[in-house]
Amino acid sequence: MSSLSERLRGRSELGICVLLAALGVLVLVDASRIPTDFTQRGPVGPAAVPVVVGVALLVIAVLLARDVLRGGHGEAEMGEDVDLSNPSDWRTVLLLIAAFLVNVVLIDRVGFPISGALLFWGSAYALGSRHYLRDPLIALALSVITYLIFARGLGIGLPAGPLEGVL
Amino acid sequence: MEALSDLLNGFATALTPTNLAWAALGVILGTAVGVLPGIGPAMTVALLLPVTYGLEPTAAFIMFAGIFYGGMFGGSTTSILLNTPGESSSVITAIEGNLMARRGRASQALATAAIGSFVAGLIGTMLLVLLAPTIVDLAVGIGAADYFAIMMLAFIAVTAVLGSSRIRGFASLAIGLTLGLIGIDLATGQQRLTFGVPQLADGIDVVVVAVGIFAIGEALWVAAHLRHRPPDIIPTGRAFMSREDFSRSWRPWLRGTALGFPFGALPAGGAEIPTFLSYVTEKRLSKHKGEFGHGAIEGVAGPEASNNASAAGTLVPMLTLGLPTNATAAVMLAAFTGYGIQPGPLLFEREGDLVWALIASLFIGNTLLLILNLPLAPLWARLLRTPRPYLYAGILFFASVGAYAVNASTIDLVILLVIGLLGFAMRRYGLPVVPAIIAVILGPRAEQQLRRALQLSNGEISGLWSTPLAKFIYLIIAVVLLWPLISRFLLRGRHPLAEAAAEAGVPLEGPEGDEQRAPEQPAVDGEPRSRVPEAEPPPTDDDTETGGRP
Repeated sequence: MSSLSERLRGRSELGICVLLAALGVLVLVDASRIPTDFTQRGPVGPAAVPVVVGVALLVIAVLLARDVLRGGHGEAEMGEDVDLSNPSDWRTVLLLIAAFLVNVVLIDRVGFPISGALLFWGSAYALGSRHYLRDPLIALALSVITYLIFARGLGIGLPAGPLEGVL
Repeated sequence: MEALSDLLNGFATALTPTNLAWAALGVILGTAVGVLPGIGPAMTVALLLPVTYGLEPTAAFIMFAGIFYGGMFGGSTTSILLNTPGESSSVITAIEGNLMARRGRASQALATAAIGSFVAGLIGTMLLVLLAPTIVDLAVGIGAADYFAIMMLAFIAVTAVLGSSRIRGFASLAIGLTLGLIGIDLATGQQRLTFGVPQLADGIDVVVVAVGIFAIGEALWVAAHLRHRPPDIIPTGRAFMSREDFSRSWRPWLRGTALGFPFGALPAGGAEIPTFLSYVTEKRLSKHKGEFGHGAIEGVAGPEASNNASAAGTLVPMLTLGLPTNATAAVMLAAFTGYGIQPGPLLFEREGDLVWALIASLFIGNTLLLILNLPLAPLWARLLRTPRPYLYAGILFFASVGAYAVNASTIDLVILLVIGLLGFAMRRYGLPVVPAIIAVILGPRAEQQLRRALQLSNGEISGLWSTPLAKFIYLIIAVVLLWPLISRFLLRGRHPLAEAAAEAGVPLEGPEGDEQRAPEQPAVDGEPRSRVPEAEPPPTDDDTETGGRP
């Protein structure tokens, strides 16, 4: 028999169990503060299904943990461009998230054509593209064309920002 | 035949020059996006959904029909030319079709896939026309308890039949159900899991969930493991096939269609199983058995037809019952809801013109696909060379556009990112994403039916299985859930799944399958995640097949 610490090593999948259990607790706590006595119509109140889901989450978390500790593990997803022989490239992922958040912060301030271009350029940079002239040009063209198609052609509201009137 | 005259009216709506143009645009966009690596049909539909926001419903759904078939076809092109499947239902195409392409027969592989998809789509849509009115007639008579049972079956089927680990399927299902709970409970006005954030009161938009899990999750996941050597793409010419290829293909097309359609139409776990069944069948029946495993055209024709027929089949429960049985149908259901249209038995009555125009567009889209894609194959193949940084930056870009366009709200973008990170974690740890998507969309509906059923029975829980149909469905669910035990009994432990279950002692979990690598070594050999085609097909087909026909 291996010791507990040995069995835990490398089992980052247990993080999923923790996540599921935390979700379960969250759902149950939230359900417990829903007043069920009045407003209720019919025999099933608004808290009943959340309680079932919360309990299910906890049960699944335990069963999954048992599976992981017995050596089971989920197969990481394959794909056309996925190469699992290298360790995860966290730098790229974090840069992508940063580019994504730049757009979130800026879209209502500087408008979509600019924030969207930054999103695309930043993402392409994060993924390893290093064409210092071509990348921003493509980003800007894509962003402006998308804005024109969506806002003008399809009537979907994307903020123009300071470029309002220019585009 | 009333359905026929309805259909003709549908064609009259769909064949106006404007609507025809929307259909053509849908097919082209759908194929172009679907052909990009990493983007399966469900993600294609989710990403292109915002494009239809500005259109009126009829035009939007006509375009949608084009996107739907275009996305399907695009996926098989990628599989044939690039060898790695974008999704489980094109695993066979990826193996056998790519082997054909490597032998210099890429054009023929693409042609048999395209024509096979056309034949399957044509027959599948005709079956939809024939079946839908009958099912609607039957469905009007079934009650809340039956609906609830059918939805439970859909949950269990998509969770327990697909994928290699049931417990991970159920984990995904539970995550989806949790996301579906967020928002104001419609029956009582109580807030659930909103944490006082007003933007959460209306619930999380399904488009945001779908785009987050599929597009953002996929882009981040690929980014963490991006293959840095250039992909090995096989050049192709115009898709064509000889008379001999044709005579070897047409029977597999028809058999594949026959296998695929019922699996799509019933909540039986999607297109994966029938494509495997079709491959095994063709191999058994072929005069060229030796070619299988080296690029046999029958091994592409059958599974591709099966895949498309299954997709057409999923439209039957989606339109008549409001029941999505795969991820693409789930996203389409979300699109309907976005227009304030509730699929279900009443849809054909209330929105008859729209539904029949949609069905007519499926025929039109299918035909346009064939006409456009045989000559355009080399162009689509060139799309596969899109530099990967641009491709995944583009996915993040358009995903953001789509999520923002839903409500013009940056909160949606933050939610999109959170769900995208969830999708990333699910890919990393082998949690299938489809159960989560189905649960987000179907969960709230199931709760509604549950409440209605219990209200009718005055809170008596036995009211849930008071009808013969409901009893029958719960019986099927029990068989599906207990299958590992049953098969162990029947097969005396020959089945690897049964052995694993026997070891674990519990049918629902256990380190199923053969590999028990330690997670600290994520190094996986270059094999695509695929079951061996010869492996015994998951044996729930008989039960589920009889099950969905009330």
